[in-house]
Amino acid sequence: MPMRVAILSPEREVWSGEADMVVARTTEGDIGVLTGHVSLLGVLAAGSQVRVKTGAETLSVDVDGGFLSVTKQGVSILVEHGVVSTGS
Amino acid sequence: MAGQLREYRRRIRSVQSTKKITRAMELIAASRIVKAKARVAVSRPYADEITRVISSVASQTTVRHPLTTEHPDARRAAVLVVTSDRGLAGGYNANVLRRTGELLELLRSEGKEPVVYAVGRKAVTYYRFRGRELAGEFTGFSEQPSYDDAKEVADALIARFVESSEAAGVDEIHLVFTEYVNTLTQRPVAHRILPLVLEETTEPPPGGPLPQYEFEPSAEEVLDALLPRYVESRLYAALLESAASESAARQRAMKSATDNAGELIKTYTRQANAARQDAITQEISEIVGGANALAQAS
Repeated sequence: MPMRVAILSPEREVWSGEADMVVARTTEGDIGVLTGHVSLLGVLAAGSQVRVKTGAETLSVDVDGGFLSVTKQGVSILVEHGVVSTGS
Repeated sequence: MAGQLREYRRRIRSVQSTKKITRAMELIAASRIVKAKARVAVSRPYADEITRVISSVASQTTVRHPLTTEHPDARRAAVLVVTSDRGLAGGYNANVLRRTGELLELLRSEGKEPVVYAVGRKAVTYYRFRGRELAGEFTGFSEQPSYDDAKEVADALIARFVESSEAAGVDEIHLVFTEYVNTLTQRPVAHRILPLVLEETTEPPPGGPLPQYEFEPSAEEVLDALLPRYVESRLYAALLESAASESAARQRAMKSATDNAGELIKTYTRQANAARQDAITQEISEIVGGANALAQAS
């Protein structure tokens, strides 16, 4: 079951859409988020990557720290600058 | 008589070129409003989300954090006033500076010493002319602020906020800027951004009830990391609103200047025509008078 994912930066919306899984690295370690994950607010590690998986496709976004907010409505990733590095 | 006519023509030409300038400024301001509004719209999802996150964190934790804890005997309060770099924007700067004056009065009456930070050349010159000391001044981006500009200003404010109040630190941060309501209405507003003012409402917040979060690594550390982002985002939103308001105020000011120039040209043209008529009438009467005199002499 897909969930809503939005990667937001103050000056633009980096990416948004439906995805199956989000993998990110918080300051505590890697975390994978699937649909129905408990509500969570995490601090992303600086210089890490957020991977958004949809089917066989993976989208990688380089982030410079920021926040991961998981709620029932979906996942929002708040970053200052986000650069989509690979869209394969 | 001919000299008077020439004088009128000169004035008409001068007003015409002024009109061209004000008209161009009006059009530029109009296109800037559209751009600024678009940037406000783009920045809104991030701002909304961060506000949502921070309100849910603040409302459910009992952690004492400078972000949420009211200082019982606040000594100093930082006031950031957002004005434009250039004038020719009607009452835009005067209004926001007047609002700032009111806030400063209020803070003083509460026994807090205001520390003023200025954005925009107009605020800088206003306070410098009055011999007031500015804790910080930021100029050169009032019409098209970027997030990095907001960050620069926010960094200065946060550094002052986290400092202890025994030293030179501030206990509160207030923000005075101009809210863009629509093209005709812009309102100067003053908000306290730190410590956070939690709205006690019974109505569910927009976008559904606030989630009950788990924190990683801990509520305190999340709040620590959120604090600068929150200030930056609020500041960026205020700068964008102010930029839109500035352009709207300038467009209106320039529109009335253009209209006035049109009126002036009309008046001067009428006066020039009257002067030309007078000159012709006089010339004819002189010729007729001269011809009559010749006819009588012969």
